[in-house]
Amino acid sequence: MSSKILTVSHLNSYYNDKTGKFGEGSRRRQVLKDVSFEIGRGEIVGLVGESGCGKSTLAKCILGIVKDHDGEIVHGSKRAQMIFQDPYGSLNPARTVGWILEEPLRIKGELKDPERNKKVSEMIQLVGLDDGYLERKPGELSGGQRQRICIALALMMEPELIIADEPVSALDVTVQDQILKLLLKLNREMGIAFLFISHDLKVVYSICSRVMVMKAGEIVEQGSDEEIYKSPKHPYTKQLLAAVLND
Amino acid sequence: MKKRFMKNRRLFIGAVITGIMVLLAVAGVFFTPYDPNAMDTSAKLAGISLKHLMGCDNFGRDILSRILSGLGTTMLVALGTVFIGVFFGTIIGAFTGYYGGIPDEVLMRFNDAVLAFPSLLLALVFISVMGAGKLNVTIALGILFIPSYARIMRGEFLRCKNLDYVRSARLMGASDIRIMFVHILPNTVQVMLSTIAIGFNNAVLAEAGMSYLGIGVQPPDSSLGRMLSEAQSYLFIRPGYAVCTGTAIVLLILGFAMLSEGLEKNA
Repeated sequence: MSSKILTVSHLNSYYNDKTGKFGEGSRRRQVLKDVSFEIGRGEIVGLVGESGCGKSTLAKCILGIVKDHDGEIVHGSKRAQMIFQDPYGSLNPARTVGWILEEPLRIKGELKDPERNKKVSEMIQLVGLDDGYLERKPGELSGGQRQRICIALALMMEPELIIADEPVSALDVTVQDQILKLLLKLNREMGIAFLFISHDLKVVYSICSRVMVMKAGEIVEQGSDEEIYKSPKHPYTKQLLAAVLND
Repeated sequence: MKKRFMKNRRLFIGAVITGIMVLLAVAGVFFTPYDPNAMDTSAKLAGISLKHLMGCDNFGRDILSRILSGLGTTMLVALGTVFIGVFFGTIIGAFTGYYGGIPDEVLMRFNDAVLAFPSLLLALVFISVMGAGKLNVTIALGILFIPSYARIMRGEFLRCKNLDYVRSARLMGASDIRIMFVHILPNTVQVMLSTIAIGFNNAVLAEAGMSYLGIGVQPPDSSLGRMLSEAQSYLFIRPGYAVCTGTAIVLLILGFAMLSEGLEKNA
C-alpha cells in the first residue's frame, strides 16, 4: 500500500448556473481548473483561499457529493469523512447525541448493541466530552460541543483522512483553540490525516505542515508552511499574507 | 416540559376539550342512556327533560345517545381519513421531495390535477362508484386528502435534503430510504402534527357535509353530520336538536384546532 491516502489529478469541476434570465436556460460554469495534489498518511494539509474560490467544491468532489467533474480522484483504503463548517446544521436536530453517534455503527451493522454503546462512550470521551451528553439533543449544546460531536461522528467511521471544511470559523477564539488542539491530538495519536480548509491563514499556519493556496479554482502555489509564509512566490499568496499581517 | 405545557394555554385547553370528546366517544361505544337506534313513538320530538337530557328526534330516538354513538363514528371516519392521507402523502412527498427530477414533476402535476377538482364533487364520484357506507366514505375522503399532505411533506423533504446532517448520513453510507424515513422524517414531526390536526378538522367537516347530503354514513347509523341534516327540518319546532348536535361538532373542531395551534407554538 502506498503512503498516499488521497491522490487528485487534473480535476475539473463544473456547476450549472441557473441564475440567468428566464428562458436562457442554465450555463455550465467551471469551478475547479486542473487541480492536482496528494495527501500522505498522517499529514495535515491546509487549503486556503478567499470565499467562493472553490475550496468547498473541491471537498465535495473528493467526497462524491458533487458529481459533475472529470479528472481522477484516488482514495486510500477507506473513504474520507468530513467535518462541516456549520456545527448547527450538521447534526440531526431531532435526535439525541447518542443516537447520532451510534448511527454509523448501525449502518455498518457489524457490532451488537452493548458493543456499540461502549464504542460511542469511548469516542465521546476521546473528543473531551462525557456520557452525560449522550441523552441530550444537539439544540442543547454549544457550538464547540457540537463541533466535538461532529468530530466524534467522523471518527466513528475510522477514516484515514478527514476533510475539515472551515471547522472553526463559526466558533469564538478560545473554543477555536480547543478544537484545533483536539485535531492535532487526533493527528498525533491516531495518525489521521486532515485536509484543513480555511480562509484564515493564521489558523492554517498553526496546525498545517503543508499549505495549498487556491485562487479562482486553481491551486496557484503549494509547499511547506515555512516556504509559503517566509518566501511566497505567487503574487496572490503575497497579497493574502499582507492582508493577515495588516490586522 | 410540564410547565411549558401549562403555560401554552391553547395547547392546554385544546387538549382538555379533545380529551373530553374522545372520552365521550369511547364511553358511547360501551354505554349510552338509551339504545341509539331504539324508537319511542310516544316521545317523538320530545323536549329537553330529565328523562331525555337533550330531547328526542322525529322518530323518538334519544338525541344524547345518538350524539354519543355518532361522535365515535365521526371521529373514526376522520381519523381513518387522516391516516390514509398522511401515510400515503408522506411516502409520496418523501420520494418526490428527496429525489426531485422528472418523477417529481409528473406526480406533482397529477397532484395539482386532483387538487383542482372541488373535493366534495370528487368524493361524490368515488361514492357513486364504490357505494356509500362508513368505510367507503373514509377511503374516498382519505384519497382526497393525499395530495395536500404530499405537497406539504414534499416541501419539508426538499428543505431538509441538502442540510449537512443529511450529507453526513450519506457519507456514512446510509441508504436513501434510511435517510428519508429515519433521518429526515423525525424533523418533520412538528409540521406533520399541525397538518394532522388541521386535516382532522377538515375530515370531520367533510364527513358531516357528505352525510348531510345523504352520501356519507347511512341510516340508521348515527353520525354528527347526518343528525345535523335531519335536525334542519325541525329547526323551528325543536331547535335543541340542531343546537346540541352542532355544539358537539363545534367542540370537536375547536378542541383540535386549539391543539394544533398550541403544537405549532411549541415548535
